[in-house]
Amino acid sequence: MEYFLELFFGGLTRGSIYALIALGYTMVYGIIELINFAHGEIYMIASFTALIVSSLLALQGMTGPAVLLLTAAAAIIFAAAHGFTVEKVAYKPLRQAPRLSPLISAIGMSIFLQNYVMLAQTSDFLPFPNLLPDLPFVAEYLPFLGATEFFIIVTTALVMVGLTLLIKFTRMGKAMRATAQDRNMAMLVGVDINRTISNTFIIGSALAAVGGVLIASHIGRINFYIGFIAGIKAFTAAVLGGIGSIPGAVLGALVLGWTESFATGYVSSDYEDVFAFVLLVLILIVRPSGLLGRPAVQKV
Amino acid sequence: MKRLQMFAVICACVFLAGPVFAADTIKLGVAGAHSGDLASYGLPTLNAAKLVVNDYNAKGGVLGKKVEILAEDDVCKPEVAANVASKLVSEKANVVLGHICSGATKAALNVYKDAKVLTISPSATNVDLTKSGDYPNFFRTISPDDAQARLQVDFAINKLRVKRVAIIHDKGDYGKGLAEFAKGFFEQKGFVPVLFEGITPGAVDYTAIVQKVKFSGADAVLYGGYHPEAAKIVSGMKKKKMKTFFISDDGVRDDTFIKVAGKYAEGVYATGPIDTTKFPMAIAAIEQHKKAYGSEPGAFYLNAYAATICLLEAMNKAGSTDFAAVSKALRTNWFETPLGKISFDERGDAKGIGFAMYQVKNGKYVEVGK
Repeated sequence: MEYFLELFFGGLTRGSIYALIALGYTMVYGIIELINFAHGEIYMIASFTALIVSSLLALQGMTGPAVLLLTAAAAIIFAAAHGFTVEKVAYKPLRQAPRLSPLISAIGMSIFLQNYVMLAQTSDFLPFPNLLPDLPFVAEYLPFLGATEFFIIVTTALVMVGLTLLIKFTRMGKAMRATAQDRNMAMLVGVDINRTISNTFIIGSALAAVGGVLIASHIGRINFYIGFIAGIKAFTAAVLGGIGSIPGAVLGALVLGWTESFATGYVSSDYEDVFAFVLLVLILIVRPSGLLGRPAVQKV
Repeated sequence: MKRLQMFAVICACVFLAGPVFAADTIKLGVAGAHSGDLASYGLPTLNAAKLVVNDYNAKGGVLGKKVEILAEDDVCKPEVAANVASKLVSEKANVVLGHICSGATKAALNVYKDAKVLTISPSATNVDLTKSGDYPNFFRTISPDDAQARLQVDFAINKLRVKRVAIIHDKGDYGKGLAEFAKGFFEQKGFVPVLFEGITPGAVDYTAIVQKVKFSGADAVLYGGYHPEAAKIVSGMKKKKMKTFFISDDGVRDDTFIKVAGKYAEGVYATGPIDTTKFPMAIAAIEQHKKAYGSEPGAFYLNAYAATICLLEAMNKAGSTDFAAVSKALRTNWFETPLGKISFDERGDAKGIGFAMYQVKNGKYVEVGK
């Protein structure tokens, strides 16, 4: 039983990280039907920003939760700025172009950002300090769960609740939902489309930044390539849950995290990815639009 | 220009071929890739042989006779190697230094075996060359491919008293190959690994595999692969407060590993090549090369230097060029070489060279056993 719980929470932690990144994919797709392949790179850039800022703060002699908060804030701002800029530079000029053009532009952006970090920083792995607080009560009440895992799960849950409230109840959220439903109609009733799309990129990037800081602290090392692999997994999670659907991305990410964790735990880590992708294929055969996705209605 | 080169080659051949017919010398065949893509693996061996032979001849040769070199180019191709071997046999080479590539060596060995010619290779690492027992005439001054795994297993069982081992690898040629050798050695000693699994390099985290290791009750984890994944697994284990030993290979015996894993690296074991750069004989041999050829020596130079010394010295010790006597001398004596003091075991693998076990202590790899 303890083994099962350990695997369950291990999978939940991994799923939470996937979810934070998957949300960025699914939100952008929901609004402009673009798969933003550069999204994984935003996560990676956030990790690098966090490393630089936390090292600077450590040089100043700062310790404790303040470092985490300042680092996270810097990573979020920097990542959001990158997300915003990427949209303006690579996608906005192509908004009226055929759908394949922005896709290629996204792949190009991803490669550019990877190489940019590799050249500006290093291609080696870099150690990342553990910024997450060591919560002693976790070890006491939840022996099968590490403090960092607990912190990741709770933070992710809070971020999800915040995002739901934002989308349900704020003007910005309403504008985003309206744009997702019908861009032209939203424009006609006075929604500033460009602003709404920018906001979507900013929010998605900020979520990826939270994921970047959490996972880098948890794993303890980063390099320029981490965004690619995490991005592929998160994209898979978004498709699994139904791309365009926000609760779907979260559910898909958790299902993916659990599948990988249990496949390693009970079968063999040799087949971790095999199980994850077999599951993806099976779900897409039964429900072609994903777990919670709605079948696409052709707009006329 | 082309014609001039050709002329030079012909002249060189004539001059090289000349002394072959001179009587009463010890003939040392040197076979390997001396031209083509892989010449950079073979030429340093020829250079080493020339330098050592000059030294011996200046001191009066071996068994009172001058040593002469019969250089043959096999371009690392098995079919050429067999022909070259026949040629050396017909020219009555007493011993052969070579060949360079494992495939070519294997092809040539059958010819030498029938003619009872003893060979030492400075570079052929294929396990079966010695392990199969097919070639009693074959020796080598380089570690076979499974040497690291053997050291890891011996160290784990004899020094760390490990009974239950979990073997993990990164599914790559290098990591998986080592892991499979290690599994074989453990099973030979009567221990069945409790876990044998591959992980996906670059995955987001390895919590699940760490939990699996913990659950399996292993005393030690043996990891075949490189340092990025090793660092993640080690940190995961230490965070779960596991006391399991972590033993890995020269893909992990690297300072980057310590830098990345930080405090979690403490206590990790890893095998790595023995450091020869501080041996006086190695320094002298490299200096000699720079003086004679004006360049840094290339691949397997020290191994070839050592092999030549062993060949000549073994004939001196045996007092003859007889195959049985020389091979006995190689197995029973220790030779001073640039690789350190070496001898040979029953199968023909060198003792005293190759890999050592290192452990991270206070942020540095320290040698803890051979």
